[in-house]
Amino acid sequence: MHSLKAITPLGGTCPQIDHFDGLLISENSDRALASIAARQGREAECSAAVQSILGLKLPQPAKWSIGGAYMAWWMGPDLWMVDADHTDHELLAVNVKRAVGSVGSVAEQTDGWCRFDVSGARVLDVFERLCNLNLRAGEAGDAHRASIEHLGCFVLCLEAGAKYAVIGPRSSAGALHHALLTTAQSVI
Amino acid sequence: MIINHPILGPRDAQEFTYLGDAALIDRPDWQADNAAEAFHDYLYLRDNPAGEHRELWFHEQGDRSWLVVTRNTVTHDILNVELARDVARARGRRK
Amino acid sequence: MNAGHADFRADGSTANAGAKRGAQVNRLSGGLVNSAKVMNFTFDGKAFQGYEGDTLASALLANGVRLMGRSFKYHRPRGPLTAGSEEPNALVELRSGGRQEPNTRATVAELYEGMEANSQNRWPSLERDFMSINDRFSNFLTAGFYYKTFMWPAAFWEKVYEPIIRKAAGLGRLSMEDDPDAYDKGFLHCDLLIIGAGPAGLAAALTAGRVGAQVILAEEDFLLGGRLNAESFGLGDISGAAWIAQVCDELAALPNVRVMPRTTVVGAYDHGVYSAVERVADHVLAPEVGKPRQILWRIYSKRALLSAGATERPIAFENNDRPGIMLAGAMRAYVNRWAVTPAQTVAVFTNNDDGHRTAADLIAKGVKVTAVVDTRADAPKVEGVELFAGAQVIDTKGRLGLTSVRLRLASGITRDIPCGALAVSGGWNPNVHLTCHQRGRPAWREDIAAFVPAGELPPGMSVIGAANGDFSTAAALRTGAKGAVAALSDLGIAATVAELPQAEDAPVNLQAFWYVKEGKGRAWLDLQNDVTVKDVKLAHQENFRSVEHLKRYTTLGMATDQGKTSNMGGLAVMAELVGKQIPEVGTTMFRPPYTPVAMGTLAGRSVGEEFRPTRKTPSHKWAEEQGATFVEVGMWLRTQWFPRKGETHWRQSVDREVLQIRKSVGICDVTTLGKIDVQGPDAAEFLNHIYANAFGKLAVGKVRYGLMLREDGIAYDDGTAARLAEDHFVVTTTTANAVLVYRNMEFARQCLWPDLDVQVISTTEAWAQFAVAGPNARKLLQKIVDPEFDLSNEAFPFMGCGEVTVCGGLRARLFRISFSGELAFEIAVPTRYGDGLIRALMQAGEEFDVVPYGTEALGVMRIEKGHAAGNELNGTTSALNLGMARMVSKKKDCIGNTSSARAGMNQDDALMLVGLKPVNSTDPVAAGSHLMNAIGVVSAEADQGYITSAAYSPVLGCSIGLGLLKNGGNRKGEILRAVNPLEGREVEVEVVSAHFVDPEGERLRA
Repeated sequence: MHSLKAITPLGGTCPQIDHFDGLLISENSDRALASIAARQGREAECSAAVQSILGLKLPQPAKWSIGGAYMAWWMGPDLWMVDADHTDHELLAVNVKRAVGSVGSVAEQTDGWCRFDVSGARVLDVFERLCNLNLRAGEAGDAHRASIEHLGCFVLCLEAGAKYAVIGPRSSAGALHHALLTTAQSVI
Repeated sequence: MIINHPILGPRDAQEFTYLGDAALIDRPDWQADNAAEAFHDYLYLRDNPAGEHRELWFHEQGDRSWLVVTRNTVTHDILNVELARDVARARGRRK
Repeated sequence: MNAGHADFRADGSTANAGAKRGAQVNRLSGGLVNSAKVMNFTFDGKAFQGYEGDTLASALLANGVRLMGRSFKYHRPRGPLTAGSEEPNALVELRSGGRQEPNTRATVAELYEGMEANSQNRWPSLERDFMSINDRFSNFLTAGFYYKTFMWPAAFWEKVYEPIIRKAAGLGRLSMEDDPDAYDKGFLHCDLLIIGAGPAGLAAALTAGRVGAQVILAEEDFLLGGRLNAESFGLGDISGAAWIAQVCDELAALPNVRVMPRTTVVGAYDHGVYSAVERVADHVLAPEVGKPRQILWRIYSKRALLSAGATERPIAFENNDRPGIMLAGAMRAYVNRWAVTPAQTVAVFTNNDDGHRTAADLIAKGVKVTAVVDTRADAPKVEGVELFAGAQVIDTKGRLGLTSVRLRLASGITRDIPCGALAVSGGWNPNVHLTCHQRGRPAWREDIAAFVPAGELPPGMSVIGAANGDFSTAAALRTGAKGAVAALSDLGIAATVAELPQAEDAPVNLQAFWYVKEGKGRAWLDLQNDVTVKDVKLAHQENFRSVEHLKRYTTLGMATDQGKTSNMGGLAVMAELVGKQIPEVGTTMFRPPYTPVAMGTLAGRSVGEEFRPTRKTPSHKWAEEQGATFVEVGMWLRTQWFPRKGETHWRQSVDREVLQIRKSVGICDVTTLGKIDVQGPDAAEFLNHIYANAFGKLAVGKVRYGLMLREDGIAYDDGTAARLAEDHFVVTTTTANAVLVYRNMEFARQCLWPDLDVQVISTTEAWAQFAVAGPNARKLLQKIVDPEFDLSNEAFPFMGCGEVTVCGGLRARLFRISFSGELAFEIAVPTRYGDGLIRALMQAGEEFDVVPYGTEALGVMRIEKGHAAGNELNGTTSALNLGMARMVSKKKDCIGNTSSARAGMNQDDALMLVGLKPVNSTDPVAAGSHLMNAIGVVSAEADQGYITSAAYSPVLGCSIGLGLLKNGGNRKGEILRAVNPLEGREVEVEVVSAHFVDPEGERLRA
């Protein structure tokens, strides 16, 4: 076991949690991420390999899916992000690469991102001040990319109208968190 | 403006970066006899139509697809949106 | 002055006397104000009271105050002309300190307890304004006077004229303090956006809401109902207010309908996108902490219904600008909605039946109406008031407020009628503005003598009610309901027109009449900009006849009201002068915003430090603890240098850092450099296309410097590509170009070589990367990298790379690359461990007196080493200019190589990168200086090149520079002058090799 201590995207030793009346914003630093891009002409093989070895059916455009210990969301044509608990799957990229072999390109993305889980009765009122997604018309399983505070973020609908994950660039975690807090304060 | 992304449906143009004339796909052959001249035209000569125009847009805040958007520059009507990769292949571009 | 005193006392009481009594002398009974809730406010420091539901204008009128402002140019006394957002006159400063807001329309400023309002554009007081002297010189201040008066001498413009004009111009003042309030932005989606909640909008909202469509109903006013609030007639057997209340209750119970009062839709954009400003907290003293004052909404609509109503227009006549003269419909609004009369005796001047309603409503409220003056010879009778048919108002009296009007009767004789207020109606103009924000151009409708929406409306928009020229209440309800059914039917939603209440359905009876021709004085068209009929005539005489020229020459229709009450009058006068019909003359363009929008609202949350997001490096927290100085590089905050105790000048810190790195070892966070992961069987071929130099033969475990060109052959970006596997590279870019290079790579991959099997993805932030540079770099790293990895020069040579583990097993990437010219490595770990790694590195480096360093030392060392960077890759330089011509491969197809061969880019005297050293070692070298031959004139023609980068080199003990010099490759040893005309300085410099330090590269290969 190595001797280096990890810090969260917000710079703390443990994730930050912010409570509002009808809203909870939780920094989630326990995610391991790896991107999979299917090689040209090998798209079906790539999906099949992920399904058979990881037990995960790769999702359709603008969707996320779950399978066993893994979750994945669609990032672009033939491109997905696979997600798992960091505690148990720190070497996710290595394992995913092992699964897809030469039919997919895999890159470790774990620390490229920060994630905030936003939940509560006021969540839609807050998101309509943050991004242009029509979340009121959405459903659980949606995975969109949106610009929040000028930052390209993924917004995953975990429970429609109740719980969403915002995944944004890690270096701007502070700016994204500030936007979430000031918007929550503005709305609630 | 709203661009009807072929995969993602209607998306705000704010999510996109504009490049210009879709003729930029037709990069000349570097080994052709007239390569220098062809590259000159490719780089500097553009039509500027009042009306239908095929343009390259990059979905930078989205799925990172390059799109060919056929747009009327007068009315701003968007008549067709295609994945640029499909257009490039259809125009004979390969490796 | 007796006459003046009489002027002041239009209705038997002066404004001030009324205020002193604290009495609302002009308050009537009834109305939609809550007299149980008294609101205290001040105007120009004097205390007044109004009621909840008042606007500032209605409350002032209730207190007998008609004078609310001074006009822009002539400083004429002015009172409110309207009761809405089209107000040209009653502009005030609201609030004070940082919240002071100039040019606020008193007619829409919702009264709140403690409101502080001040008049503007006057000194020392509203009643006595010294600048009203301008009124005497009105002959000199006519249309185009700027262009004529300040022409000569030219030298006077900047020093004399402009300061005078700036001082005199403008109405309100800025506080020059920061606005303490927050503003927000938001995004809404709907099937149907309804713009305006008058009878048409309400009928539409009910119709669409009942069938479950997603509806947004936006209303500028704080009350829903539109004109129904201002009129006395009912709907069915209930009052207008009661009907509105019923509708509001029903809409409030529908979860699919979002009712947004105090929300103005200000712009119609492409494809159903609208912008709207919601005034969340303008009607309270100050917003709650953290709550926004206003919200700018971006509304995505599938269909939109414009029910923006209509705006009444005045008739121009001599001295038609006195306080007390207002639009007839506005006066009805004051009387019916706010239970206020502007004066105790009122006259009416109209060219249509609608004006007669004002007389009837005033009489019903017990206000004395002294005359109805109707320009039509066949005007209908009005009960209980003397009618002057076929008559005109030809002049008025009253210095600070109206006291009487002079009529020219049909018989030709004149008559003076005493009155404290005059209601004027010239007909109504549909509010077509939003229909024209794209390609709509309104069309003339003769029967109402007004423009109505026409041409290509914004796609998805239709127009209902008065905005479409259907002025009666019954028509508004009917077109509103039908409009909603039609719009929903487009979306495949079935709806039916519900039963609508019986409503007023009067036809429009109007005889177009624009201005009274009699009289030599001024008849105002545009009250806000002081544009008169004479000014339009002058513009015509001087050949500024197109409407767009007319607008610019006279300023007709400019400023906060954008000519909502004045444009039509101006057009009509011009049409008459050029002998055309009004529709032939046309209108000026209507552009967003419909009403003024504060800059703070447009900025939203993006202010101050939050103007844009900040990116922080993995070592940020640690660097802060060290007291580092930071600099913004794009969105990144990077460490600039690390000051130590006793260092008082940045150069001391930077020189120390550089010397210590060259002597021992230093550490720098280089995470900000872009990292792009390139994978796939065709990855190498892809890089061959992207970079000017070749990558196909790069061995696994090796790094190569790469130069990217633009297609026109200009150098674009540089960096390194490390080959981690046959099919796997990690490319680095400069910090500034990371996003652009990635975009270009996607373009090349998708559009130029679509069949290449290559995948790219950014991993910039995933890895914390540190440069460890200096003779002791290897020794230091050996303490961090796990012992099974051999870092010796043989096992890990210059330009080597590989995956290693550090600190007992953490995965890491190691690159032996150098920007400083020293023995150097870059080590990368997952970002969460970056903070831990910098601490571990610093601790391990203690025995070598390791220094952390920032961007300044980085910059000094790269200049000492002669590495080109952003200052050299400045968008004008080719590979040849940078001394890298040989890198541009001619054996492969790469972006920019064909164009690089152009003759013009390969001339003998092309600029070449050189080093420059001052002849006198104490002379400074300044970047930006131009290079001239040692002897000869200093001129642009004699220019030999310029200095791109300069720094003080602590190693050499003098300033040094990099520069681009004509034929620079062949001029080593030559003495030139570096000329800095801005600072009047000339320094003799010697042309030297750009590699000031270790030109043979022995140190970095050590």
